[in-house]
Amino acid sequence: MRPFTYERATDAAAAVKSAAETPNAKFLAGGTNLLDLMKLEIEHPNHLIDVGRLPLAKIEDTAEGGLRIGAMASNSHVAADPRVRARYPVLTQAIVAGGSPQLRNKASVGGNLLQRTRCAYFYDTSKPCNKRAPGSGCGALEGLNRNSAIFGASHACIATHPSDMAVALVALDAEVEVLSPAGQARSFPLMELHRLPGETPDVETHLIPGELITAVVLPPPPKGGQVYRKVRDRASYSAGLASVAIAGGRMALGAVAHKPWRAAEAEAALASGASPAEAIGAELAAASANGRNGFKINLISRLVPAAVAEAREPGRGA
Amino acid sequence: MTSVIDWETTPNPVKENRAGIIGKAVDRYEGPLKVTGTAPYAYEVEPPSPPAYGVMLSAPIAKGRITGVDTAAAEASPGVLLVWTYRNAPAQGPRPARYDFFTPSPRPALESDQVYFFGQQVAVVVADTLENATAAAALVNLTFEDGAKAVIFHDHYDEAVDPPGEKDVEIGDFEQAFAAAPVKVDDVWRTPLQNHCQMEPCATTAWWEGDHLTVHTSVQMVRFAQNSLAETLMLPHKNVRLLTRYVGGGFGGKGSFYEDLVLASLAARELGRPVKVALSRQQMMHGTVHRPATEQHVRLGATPDGVLTAMSLMTITHCDRRGNFTEHASNFARNLYAAPNRLTGHRLVRLDLPVASAMRAPGEASGTLSLEVAMDELAEKLGMDPVELRIKNEPPTDPETGKPFSIRQLVRCMKEGAQLFGWDRRLPTPGQVRDGRWLVGLGMAAAIRGNFLLPAKASFTVDADGVITVKQGMTDIGTGTYTVLAQIAAETLGVPLGDVRVEIGDSELPPAPGSGGQFGAATAGSAALDAGMNLRKAIAELAVGDAASPLSGGDPAQVTFQDGVIAIANRSERLSDLIRRNRPDGLTADGEVRPAADAGQWSSHTYGAHYVEVAVDPVTGEVRTRRMLGVFAAGRILNYKTARSQLTGGMIWGVGSALTEGNVVDARYGSLINQDLAGYLVPVQADIGEVEAIMLDEVDDKANPMGIKGVGELGISGAGAAVANAIYNAVGVRVRDYPITPDKLLAALMAAGR
Repeated sequence: MRPFTYERATDAAAAVKSAAETPNAKFLAGGTNLLDLMKLEIEHPNHLIDVGRLPLAKIEDTAEGGLRIGAMASNSHVAADPRVRARYPVLTQAIVAGGSPQLRNKASVGGNLLQRTRCAYFYDTSKPCNKRAPGSGCGALEGLNRNSAIFGASHACIATHPSDMAVALVALDAEVEVLSPAGQARSFPLMELHRLPGETPDVETHLIPGELITAVVLPPPPKGGQVYRKVRDRASYSAGLASVAIAGGRMALGAVAHKPWRAAEAEAALASGASPAEAIGAELAAASANGRNGFKINLISRLVPAAVAEAREPGRGA
Repeated sequence: MTSVIDWETTPNPVKENRAGIIGKAVDRYEGPLKVTGTAPYAYEVEPPSPPAYGVMLSAPIAKGRITGVDTAAAEASPGVLLVWTYRNAPAQGPRPARYDFFTPSPRPALESDQVYFFGQQVAVVVADTLENATAAAALVNLTFEDGAKAVIFHDHYDEAVDPPGEKDVEIGDFEQAFAAAPVKVDDVWRTPLQNHCQMEPCATTAWWEGDHLTVHTSVQMVRFAQNSLAETLMLPHKNVRLLTRYVGGGFGGKGSFYEDLVLASLAARELGRPVKVALSRQQMMHGTVHRPATEQHVRLGATPDGVLTAMSLMTITHCDRRGNFTEHASNFARNLYAAPNRLTGHRLVRLDLPVASAMRAPGEASGTLSLEVAMDELAEKLGMDPVELRIKNEPPTDPETGKPFSIRQLVRCMKEGAQLFGWDRRLPTPGQVRDGRWLVGLGMAAAIRGNFLLPAKASFTVDADGVITVKQGMTDIGTGTYTVLAQIAAETLGVPLGDVRVEIGDSELPPAPGSGGQFGAATAGSAALDAGMNLRKAIAELAVGDAASPLSGGDPAQVTFQDGVIAIANRSERLSDLIRRNRPDGLTADGEVRPAADAGQWSSHTYGAHYVEVAVDPVTGEVRTRRMLGVFAAGRILNYKTARSQLTGGMIWGVGSALTEGNVVDARYGSLINQDLAGYLVPVQADIGEVEAIMLDEVDDKANPMGIKGVGELGISGAGAAVANAIYNAVGVRVRDYPITPDKLLAALMAAGR
């Protein structure tokens, strides 16, 4: 870990102002990912702006019948909120499928969205990684890439986004609210938050530098069943091999791309009466294997129909 | 020389167990310290003056040499006290050509420009704070020349040789018998390279007083480490005091020691102040030792009624370029089942990988993953129950040597386990039991692990308060050594457990070999019992010779010890009164144990049977363990609580071996790609449903004076095979390439049209 300076932000406006004024500054919330990455010399910010105590932890009903979840709400609080459990069960299921209880108690909603990949080559500073050290190459491309992306990967990066929560939020058609360094608030669909790797896998979101996520807004729950299914090597506390979130007619896949993967082709096929197997087949037409991760294509082709069937069971809706 | 017959025929307080302390499930002696975070582990020990902190750098190549060293920026970094590479590290004792597991020898650090494996320590930075040392370490600039390397095990089978001094063991004519056998199994299994993943990384706190060094470190073998460190530092052994009071897991990985111990010692001398050095989790993966991968070829031949006529287990394994370690995965097969024609052996490939060495149940842990699954396959081909097949091939004497068994209750373990587990509910045809989206299966396997006794010493002191202090250069690596030594002392001297103190983990104490090979309790405990017997004798003689004692003039052989009171018939006094009067500074007796001269006349092992229920999602290939039961026969049990913890811990590790654990090697770099606990998956709580270990009432009077044996390695032996067999019973496909991860199981399911 390199030396760094630290400040605790008193309000969101001051936090974004400080971020704009300080080169190589990072926001710190729960610290469950950033501090690890700093200890491992993967991230080396000069300055940390602690936003963890900003008054952004509320979960409120919106006038439209949805929920506004403050960016600093802990993952545990969101998962346990009675309104979330009743109206957005896919979100609770996804959150509790991630990390461990200790991590979920510390981790914030904003931080969960911005957590970085679990790709082993990203974590190993002796290896090339375009995400960690732009221009150094991708160690995973020709490597032991069992858990890499099958959608939207580039020759520069085949890492996946590790969040479970974000997959459910994409399926729920959530929006994010952000505050810019100039103090301007804006909001946009959460599925537009993360980028595909392209040539610049180190740039992971469409946030402008210094922009702070302040809330996630859920529209009213969709009609139809909700379910989150995550396949992993062990029963708890491990990254997914593949996951799927279903919320009514919407579907998103996890652990398959550089971002939570909205399965638009599958949704369209299902909407036009295709069987779940046909629908996911349509989605997987765009998938490509990168060496050792080809099993994910088979896995998803089997997992999704099972999840769709589960979502259609009585009592799965909001 | 001692004879086994003496052990069998001589009574002692442990056998008699009058106070009932032996076997009792008492809590850990040091438990309160550990659960309150106040047991000082090596890195936490407070040295006599403020310490400096060392951080090591590891080679990013697998083979080659260091071509450039630039430490200027690191040396100029705040708080830095020294930076060492091979160019300026102090002189140390010369490395022997090959290490031998039990012989102390120098282990020099930063010895040359040569790199032998990825993650070898190549520099150390010592600074006034850990933060400054860590920051400066990032500024050390080393350049390397990357040489050609051999790191992918299965690409180098053609280089396999017989392990040093070993030949295959053949009884009868295996090939002919196998060819003629009407029913056969002929399959190959692979087990991966595995890491110990101890909770506590290797760490050292070192300081000097004149030319005397004190080190607190985390090792399994006190005397071995102390002697080897002294030889590395080119010092007389007596100038080094090595302490290892609390060890947060060893599992074989701390049987030796690493650069933290050597460099902390050298830097403390150089700087004239205490130094602490620890390995990171990543350095633990590469820079210590691992269980090497194996490929195992099992061939079984049987008659249609299930009598084994031919049995072979041949193992290919690997070690490091400069090593000799062989994972003896075939050895246990020599003692397990009857078969007149037998062939077992090993081949060894030397690779440019980190150092291979012992990991919990070396040999058995890997080997049972093949043979015990092959037996399941054979049972299916024969249409026999797997338990029945094993019972049918139960040998009357050791199947290779013909020696009598000291005691063997394998069949009883299997039968009692079957009954307790509900084995009769298993449907022999796979894939018949569904629970929601899960298919449920049951599997079993036998367990076997050797029994060993090594020489050891101990001393017991009774003080004027009647408190017994046990002293022994033994270790407790989480096994329960402190606790069982206290129990032996309390039972032997007839005092309450609360009146026993245990001092271990110090090279100044009477030497014991340490913890490993599940020989710890038998070895250390037998020496302790001897010291206790000698102290009883000394106390008795003191009492009958003391005119002021009510026991005066009595027969010392008639003195009894109970509740802190010594007595001859109805003449008695408190032990503390006798000692206070006669030996206010305490009375000490020494003891020792040596292997019996005739111990080799018996085949002596520990045994068990594993029963496992798993659920498999046939859509995703996910496997979840639901129930595990192990029934074990391991001699007299000293403490049912600590023994159960060791056995269930081993069983849980078996689940890891079957389902998740394994390091993968990237051929381009020669490095382990999963090098932390997010990438190397050990079972977590949610992976383990019910788990229970039952210990049969047993005494092995030929094992040692107490009739006990070890349990530390028995629990893992066979556990993974039972999981694999349960998976087959659930879904009807087998994966012979461990671990059985969802991707592999999915491929097998799809290949079978499911």
